[in-house]
Parts: sequence; structure tokens; C-alpha cells
Amino acid sequence: MGKITNEELLTSINSKFEGQVTVVGEPYGLLTVETTPENIIALLSFIKNDPALQFIFLTDITAIHYPEQEKAIGVIYHIHSLVNNLRLRVKVFIDGVNCHIPTATTVWEGANWMERETYDFFGVIFDGHPDLRRILNVDDMTAFPMRKEFPLEDPNRVDKKDYFFGR
Amino acid sequence: MQNHPVYTDNDPQNELSTLNLGPTHPATHGVFQNVLQLDGERIVSGVSTIGYIHRAFEKIAEHRPFYQITPLTDRLNYCSSPINNIGWHMTVEKLLGITTPKRVDYLRVIVMELARIADHIVCNGVLGVDTGAFTGFLYMMEYRESIYEIYEEVCGSRLTTNIGRIGGFERNFNTIAFAKLRKFLVDFPKTLKEFESLFNRNRIFVDRTKDVAAVTAEDALAYSWSGPLLRAAGVDYDVRAMNPYSSYEDFDFEVPVGTNGDVYNRFLVRNEEMWQSLRLIEQALVKLEKEPKDIFHADVPEFYLPPKEEVYNNMEALIYHFKIVMGEIPTPATEVYHSVEGANGELGFYLVNDGGRSPYRLHFRRPSFINYQMYAPMSKGMLLSDAIINMSSLNVIAGELDA
Repeated sequence: MGKITNEELLTSINSKFEGQVTVVGEPYGLLTVETTPENIIALLSFIKNDPALQFIFLTDITAIHYPEQEKAIGVIYHIHSLVNNLRLRVKVFIDGVNCHIPTATTVWEGANWMERETYDFFGVIFDGHPDLRRILNVDDMTAFPMRKEFPLEDPNRVDKKDYFFGR
Repeated sequence: MQNHPVYTDNDPQNELSTLNLGPTHPATHGVFQNVLQLDGERIVSGVSTIGYIHRAFEKIAEHRPFYQITPLTDRLNYCSSPINNIGWHMTVEKLLGITTPKRVDYLRVIVMELARIADHIVCNGVLGVDTGAFTGFLYMMEYRESIYEIYEEVCGSRLTTNIGRIGGFERNFNTIAFAKLRKFLVDFPKTLKEFESLFNRNRIFVDRTKDVAAVTAEDALAYSWSGPLLRAAGVDYDVRAMNPYSSYEDFDFEVPVGTNGDVYNRFLVRNEEMWQSLRLIEQALVKLEKEPKDIFHADVPEFYLPPKEEVYNNMEALIYHFKIVMGEIPTPATEVYHSVEGANGELGFYLVNDGGRSPYRLHFRRPSFINYQMYAPMSKGMLLSDAIINMSSLNVIAGELDA
């Protein structure tokens, strides 16, 4: 099976999701598209199951926080078509307070921990996730530490005050 | 800790026993906790708890300049740190549009393949220990020491190497490094052959590993497995072959695949990968002969720190030194994903840059983290002793699991 190009992939996606998917760019040859929480699972299932595309490998799910944006949280999917050796990046921007997005565990079982990690660090609620608990941080943590407002060091620490160092 | 689901609803008579395997259990080789529900010696269900050595690398990385993130990557998969280091350098080089000279690429291939061998030595050696054969482990471990000595000649450290810089290496390989490398290439194949003859047709080892924890290619792909585990299940996905980086396209090597993804297949795939790595190193040494001997980094003064003598004696070098350290060099505000074939699978770096001196967001796609999530589901119905072997052959490294 021949390698397909980003243009062919985009044409294929647009034929199914006309107007629902916008192209963000193509940084370093990796086609990046943006869609909405309503369409994300349909899009992922489509590109996974389409016989010509076959994006069967979910490389990664993660998120990013832009506090100044209206939709502050971006959930980012990296998907890889092992058959065509083509990668795709899909972004979904959601509200920073009421951040809900459907789970991708219905498409790939492997999305489970990736989504737990994203929840753990950004507080993104993946609706329908079978076991949405914290994964790397302690269970009784209340903050979502990868959000930009969370400081790297605890500001209440007393052992790092300047006067201890003669400053 | 709270809210760990302990399965009692499927056990009304309270006949099953709960075993807390880990977090510090000698058989798990790392900080892994699995709460298992056992019926005799058979596992009924299990829950993995991870995060015991989480160090918030992604958060720390947002506060550090690019070149100071390399030591963080050391501590991901600490059995093969150079692959992480060089993978990170290549990510930044991709972002900045730096092309490295061929000699740098070949030197990197040598270092990365040594790291892969070191990682597989540990994994397969320890698999032998877990099945009751200590000898092979001791034979092989000697050569991990040889590899660490080569690292020492190249970068000065052994385990957490911080090897290389953005653009190349911090110094040229010295003659001792090449001498040790050539000695390794002569000595190690004999031991690897011996190791294989000790295990490959060993009745006890084959009985313990064959058809244990077999995984179909469909399951492996559904769980996003990569690396030797995916290849043992029969999918020939290797980043080196599929998306060549660091001039892997110049090399002639094979991607070994297994058939049914059981522990025995994974063992064989890793052994064969060591042979292929040796082939790659030998080819790289031949290719290096044709390259100019004094080039060990790209000519990118904006990002590669000048030698210290020049900083004190040369105005231009002083300016570049100052600009690099103070982070005054603009970088493109864009995003980049770069992946390398780590010893455990696809090690990816997703870097979002806002033009500043440190990443806006950096995410590590850590193969151990993604490979390990199938462990508890696949342990169902397995004997406890098989589950131990299975964990050993997954080669989950706690540092990479928790980041």
C-alpha cells in the first residue's frame, strides 16, 4: 500500500467532516487539525477504521494550558498510521473550568492511562472513562499541577527563604 | 493513599486472598505496586498503582532552558540514558532547524546502539535470573560495565550520562574510546552467543517462558505497545526503520519480529536486536573512516557553547556564551514532535515552544508508561510466578514509568 500525503489525508477527512475540522498548520510536516469535543471521537474512529487511512496506532494523548485563552485547555492527540507511515496531530480546545471531553478508550484501550495522566495533571474530565483516577500524583491532591497557575515550588515552603542564605 | 479499588464484590464468600505485590518487592526490580486478588496461585484480578517516583519532569522542564533539560531525560529510562539524551537533542535540533554533520550522526548511532545493548543486557539477563538462572546475568553484566566505560570516555559519566549537546557532542571521541569500543565488538559477541546457547533451547527456560503472557498483534496495537514488545507480537514497527533519524537510513539492519508475543518471543527479539545493534556499530565505525576526524558538532554558535578558553580570549565566543546562558537567542514559536526508538519502544518528545528560552510545554511519550498499562489486565488468569516473569520481560523502568 502506497504512502498517502497530508493533502490526501485532509481531503479524506474533509469529505466526512466538512466544516467540522480546521487545519492549524503543518509544523515540520506533521499535519495538525483542530476539531470540537462533539466530533473528536467520530473523527478518531473514522481515521482508525477507514481502510485507506488506517491510523491504528495511538501514539499519545496529552494536554496544554493557555490560561489567557477563552478555551484554556487543549487536548492533543498524536495518531500514527503504521500502514501509511503518516502521523496526524488533532487538537481539541475546551473550557478551562468545565473541561469535559469524551473518552477515547472506546477507540483504543491504550488511551486509558494516557487520559488518566491528562486528568491527573490538567483536570480534564474524560466522559465515559472506565477508571478516571489520579495516576502519578497522590490521590488526595486537589490541584492540577501542570496548569500554568500552579507554581513549580510550594510558595509556603519555609526552608528556602532568602534569609537562610544571607540574601 | 486512598480509594484503591479492592475487589470484594466478586468474592462474597471471602475465599480469595489479596496480595500486595510491591511497591518494594525484590522480584519486581523497581517501584511497582500491584494489588492482586489470588485464587490459590492464580490471579483473578489486579490493580496497578504507579507514581512512586514521580518527579514532575514536565513541570520542571517548563522552567529550564533547553540545554538544561537533558539531565532530566537521563532519569527517564536510566538503563539507556544516551538514547533519551540524544532524542531530546534531536528534538531541539528539529525545532531550530539544525542539520548535524554525518560524523555526528554516526557517533550518535554508536552511542545509541551501545545504550540499546546495555538496556537489553539488563532486561534479558534479569529475565534469566527470574527464571532461576543467575549465570547468564553475570556473564552479560560484565559487558554493561564495558559499555559504561565507553560512556565514561565519551562524556565522563556512566549511568545518567548527559551525553552530547544540542548540535552534537561536547567533545570528540578520544582514541581510548575507540579502542574500548573495538575491544567490546570483539569480546561481546562471544558472550552473547554463549548467553543464547545457555537459554534459547534450555528446557527449563523454554518451559517457563513459552506461551506465557502471549499477546496478539491486535491487543498490542490497541494498547499502543511499541518497541521489542510490539515486535515480538509480530508488528514490524521500528522508528529507526520507519522514520529514520540520525542517518539510520544509511545503515543496513534488520528489524526482528516474533510471532505470538509471549515472553520467549520477547527474549528472542531482544537478543536479535543486540546482534543488529552490533552490526550497526560496526557499520558506523566503517563509515566514520570516511568522515573528517575533527568534526563532532554542528556549526551552530548560537546554540552550541564555545570552548571555555575561547570565551576568555575571543570576543565573538564571549558574546555567544553570554547569549546562550542568558537565553537571548530567539527560537521559533511552534510545536514539534520527534520520536526515537528507545530500548523499550517509541520515545517521543512533544515540544511546544513560545519563542522563549524554555519550553511552553514539554511532554514525554514514555514507552514504559504506555506498555505497562496492559500488565494488570493481561495478568488475569495467569499464575503468580508467570506474572513475575511477564513483568520482567516487559522491562518497565520505574523512572520512565513515572517521569
